[in-house]
Amino acid sequence: MRFRFTDIAIDTAAGRHELLNPGAGGYVSFEGWVRDFNEGREVTRLEYEAFQALALKEGERILASAVARYPVKNALCIHRLGSLELTDLAVWVGVSATHRGAAFEACRTIIDEVKHRVPIWKKEHYRSGDSGWVNCERCAAPAHEHAHAHDPAPS
Amino acid sequence: MSSAAPVVHGLILAGGKSARMQRDKATLLYQGKSQLDRAYELAARHVPKVFVSVRSTQLDDPARAGKPLLVDSVDGEGPIVGIRSALAADPRAAWLVIACDLPFLSDAALEQLLAQRDPTVLATAFASTHDGLPEPLCAIWEPAAAPALTLYQQAGRHCPRKFLSTHPLRLLEPHDRHALDNINTPEEYRAALQALDAIGAVPGALQSRRIHIQYFALLREQAGRSAETLETRAANPAALFDELTTRYRFTLGRAQLKVAVNTEFADWSQPLNAGDAVVFIPPVAGG
Repeated sequence: MRFRFTDIAIDTAAGRHELLNPGAGGYVSFEGWVRDFNEGREVTRLEYEAFQALALKEGERILASAVARYPVKNALCIHRLGSLELTDLAVWVGVSATHRGAAFEACRTIIDEVKHRVPIWKKEHYRSGDSGWVNCERCAAPAHEHAHAHDPAPS
Repeated sequence: MSSAAPVVHGLILAGGKSARMQRDKATLLYQGKSQLDRAYELAARHVPKVFVSVRSTQLDDPARAGKPLLVDSVDGEGPIVGIRSALAADPRAAWLVIACDLPFLSDAALEQLLAQRDPTVLATAFASTHDGLPEPLCAIWEPAAAPALTLYQQAGRHCPRKFLSTHPLRLLEPHDRHALDNINTPEEYRAALQALDAIGAVPGALQSRRIHIQYFALLREQAGRSAETLETRAANPAALFDELTTRYRFTLGRAQLKVAVNTEFADWSQPLNAGDAVVFIPPVAGG
């Protein structure tokens, strides 16, 4: 599977190694980190959970579609689950390609799609002591109609 | 039920005059199928032989052709005539009698009726959810009811509900509380069509089924559990979510969610089958 979950620290070196390819002239990776603020709140830590059975399928579809759409050699995505501290690595995307342009574009598309489509949820714990599910709490009024339009805050 | 209990045949009452409907209730269509066909097929799933009760003037009616007919053999008015005729046609059989104006009748209701049948009384019937009185036209009539029915009619009476209320019977609380909602007027027909459309019902769809549900993130916290298996009559994920929202007071609305059935994204109106695994997907936030 090119899309994976892990409960322990993401091994970026192993991921990069998997992408090595004699025909590849370049490699681009993206790392999403746990940040100490979001939407005006001071964040102290995060918890991730996923509906893994469907998330693995949807993640694989995103990677397969990126590899089909862009002239790239290979692509991988690894996402953390569980409790994460500030500066921890939450998600990693790596792409190898003959030329750098396609690698940059494919990497950007993959992280955008993963954040938008894969059933993964993030709970933020705040300095003030409370906590909230990103994209769920502020939009929890039944009349609210554009919850899915929100671009999840960058990690 | 002891092995000595009389065999049960099915009897679909399709001889009524449908006066208030102003057209033949047996031919009213629900999702492309006549009520007579729906009732006949439903009964045939539960008893080996099913007959359609008709008046002698309806023998050539094309809507009733092609099915085993049981023609009224006694005089009089109302459904008792059809029931008496059936009991006379096979004096050793009991009859699962079903009226032709019950579009919500379900497999679950017939299963309950047959499972809880008491052959030592004159009939097994459901209690009306409106007034608690017996429902004579979705009931099992035992052979022993024949002589009492004859006397009742000879006394000039013809209401089968009053007959059952005053004779020994087994009265059941229906598990499926809407199964016997009947329709008599064009307005009720239109409302029934809308109700069936809304729940995506096909014959028997109102029966409950066992569904597995997994909860994630905010929904998991609000439900107070990460998974459960429950019996539900919800025909599709939309109805199931509404049912669960009533129970758990979810703050997210359906418009904000997606749904998965058996680990694949699904439509809110996709019919649910027994054993399906459903997951409601709150707004995602990976990365």
